[in-house]
Amino acid sequence: MKLRRIINFIIKEYTHIFRDRVSLIIIILMPMIMIILYGYAITFDMKNITFAAIDDSKTLQSRELIRSFTGNKFFVPKFMDIKRSEIDQLFKERKIQMVIVIPKDFSESLATSRTTKVQLLVDASDSNVATFINNYSNRVMQIYNEKINIGTPGIINIEPRIFFNPDLKSANFFVPGLVAFILLLISALLTSIAITREKETGTLEQILVSPVYPVEIVIGKVLPYISLGFFNGTIIVLFAKFLFKVPINGSIILMSAFALLYIFVAMSFGLMISASVQTQRTAMFTVIMSTVLPTIMLSGFIFPIVSMPLPLRIISKLIPATYFLIIIRGIMLKGTGVMVLWKQAAALSAIGLFMISIAIKRFKMTLEQ
Amino acid sequence: MMLPIISVKNFSKSFGNIKAVADLNLDVEKGELFGLIGPDGAGKTTTIRTLVTLIPPDSGQLFVNNLDVSKHLREIRSITGYMPQRFSLYPDLSVNQNLNFFANLFEVPKKEIPERKKRLFQFSNLEPFSKRLAGRLSGGMKQKLALSCTLIHNPLVLILDEPTTGVDPVSRNEFWIILKELKSEGVTILVSTPYMDEALKCDRIAIMHEGSILAQGKPDALTGRIENNIYKLTGIDLINHIDSIAKMPDIISVQSFGNSLHLTFPKNIPVEKIIEDIKQILKQNFILKQTEPSIEDLFIALVEGKNHNGK
Repeated sequence: MKLRRIINFIIKEYTHIFRDRVSLIIIILMPMIMIILYGYAITFDMKNITFAAIDDSKTLQSRELIRSFTGNKFFVPKFMDIKRSEIDQLFKERKIQMVIVIPKDFSESLATSRTTKVQLLVDASDSNVATFINNYSNRVMQIYNEKINIGTPGIINIEPRIFFNPDLKSANFFVPGLVAFILLLISALLTSIAITREKETGTLEQILVSPVYPVEIVIGKVLPYISLGFFNGTIIVLFAKFLFKVPINGSIILMSAFALLYIFVAMSFGLMISASVQTQRTAMFTVIMSTVLPTIMLSGFIFPIVSMPLPLRIISKLIPATYFLIIIRGIMLKGTGVMVLWKQAAALSAIGLFMISIAIKRFKMTLEQ
Repeated sequence: MMLPIISVKNFSKSFGNIKAVADLNLDVEKGELFGLIGPDGAGKTTTIRTLVTLIPPDSGQLFVNNLDVSKHLREIRSITGYMPQRFSLYPDLSVNQNLNFFANLFEVPKKEIPERKKRLFQFSNLEPFSKRLAGRLSGGMKQKLALSCTLIHNPLVLILDEPTTGVDPVSRNEFWIILKELKSEGVTILVSTPYMDEALKCDRIAIMHEGSILAQGKPDALTGRIENNIYKLTGIDLINHIDSIAKMPDIISVQSFGNSLHLTFPKNIPVEKIIEDIKQILKQNFILKQTEPSIEDLFIALVEGKNHNGK
């Protein structure tokens, strides 16, 4: 292994990067655009749930109940006292998402019996949304209950204190995931294209007839792109902090170190792909296919891994983002230190080393037959 | 034992069911300009790629400077300069940057790089374009830059795979002048080409066809070996009569060379008889003169001889 040849590759690779202004701009702008798009579009926070109320009771109490649903950013009353036959049509036309039906005997029941029933009709064509509507409504009912039952013995009140994300902001959950997703995609794409481009133009054959060692090519190719990936990562984190107000509670140095490790893993993956395919197009396609869906669906980016069936849980263990998500969420939101996260770091290192050794081995085969 | 600088013994190579090269023997002496001549698919590229250690031989032995290609890959790579059929430069790097990259790749001593570049610029005349991106050079200039990159580490052996294919005639000529210069500096050159006329510029040639060598030796000695008469026929509108001339009883083959035709017929047939036959076909004046057989005539004679023996 000769340092001189490695530096030679690094200089050449940087020249490629800086000469191709258009690609450079795309490489830098793409993560910014992605994080803005995803950061604003992907959210579980529900606002402006439209509802109709059917008040058969028409009493002071029933009006008070309906009023407790209004005057906040979550619920917007759209219709009052519609006919029951209209409900179906309104749901279908997506004019409302929920209907509250207060029965005729509401007030009497409140005064006399132990429990009073109020009907809630929810459009569950999107089950996630329906769950949220249900939860929010229950909370509103609970507050109303507490208000009219002051001093009543025997009611247990839950006083929640939510850790690490007290406002339950979706951004705090998503943005660290986006960092993991974008870093993986960009880094793997960059390296896989950098190698297949030389295969396509035929310059790789030129390099192959030189006394170069595979590991020199790999190091010379990876290092420049690691710096580029790291630069991208920094931009994304700055966006996360200042645009989406995601806190960074842990050590920034530790986060940077882990990010470098993760970028290395992503690049090893890109290298492994490019060592096996011949064209830039196939490389891009393979990288996108094998990173986007697994990372979004199976890494814990959106859906919790613990609730997945066993086969998917096993697959999730093979996805680098699974580990990096634990690391970055831990550092950003909880301020977790290396004493807790070393296991994830070890797993990432193992995956990275495995992939890069396959990549080098495949290059060796082309280099040394 | 001292072998010739390039030595190929009983080399065979197949790709799947296709036999690319069969039992090939070839020697190139130090300081020679050796040409591998043959049409596409003759096995030239396979032989060359095996010699530069890019593909392993199925059987046989190949040596470059006494080094076995299947054992001493790295040593061979550092003493050979190889220019593939499609030599690729980095189009987004300048002439200078391309040269520097290959100089560092082959570990040319840092101090020597400027001097070597200067020398290479002398023959390539690329110095005024040293800052131009390789992708913006003309075809001929690209070819010269490619050769310069191949030569930057002062290789002992220069192996060129069809360097002049797709290059304009003027640049082709210039390229051969450069090769002659390199040869005079003591570089051994193995060059493949599908252009038969380029064979005459080589010291020795091997004529390849369908994976084996039909003949090898000095170009003029080889053409002298032709046993048939070769006559050049000039006249008006000959192209339209090729078929009828070829059907004449004593004619072995007819080849068109520009405006004229080369007729091959056995030595025992008197020229007068041929002239009589041609008069039957051509109603106007024509000239029939004996001519020096070209490499192309030789190639055709060899292929037909081989096919004849095959039948």
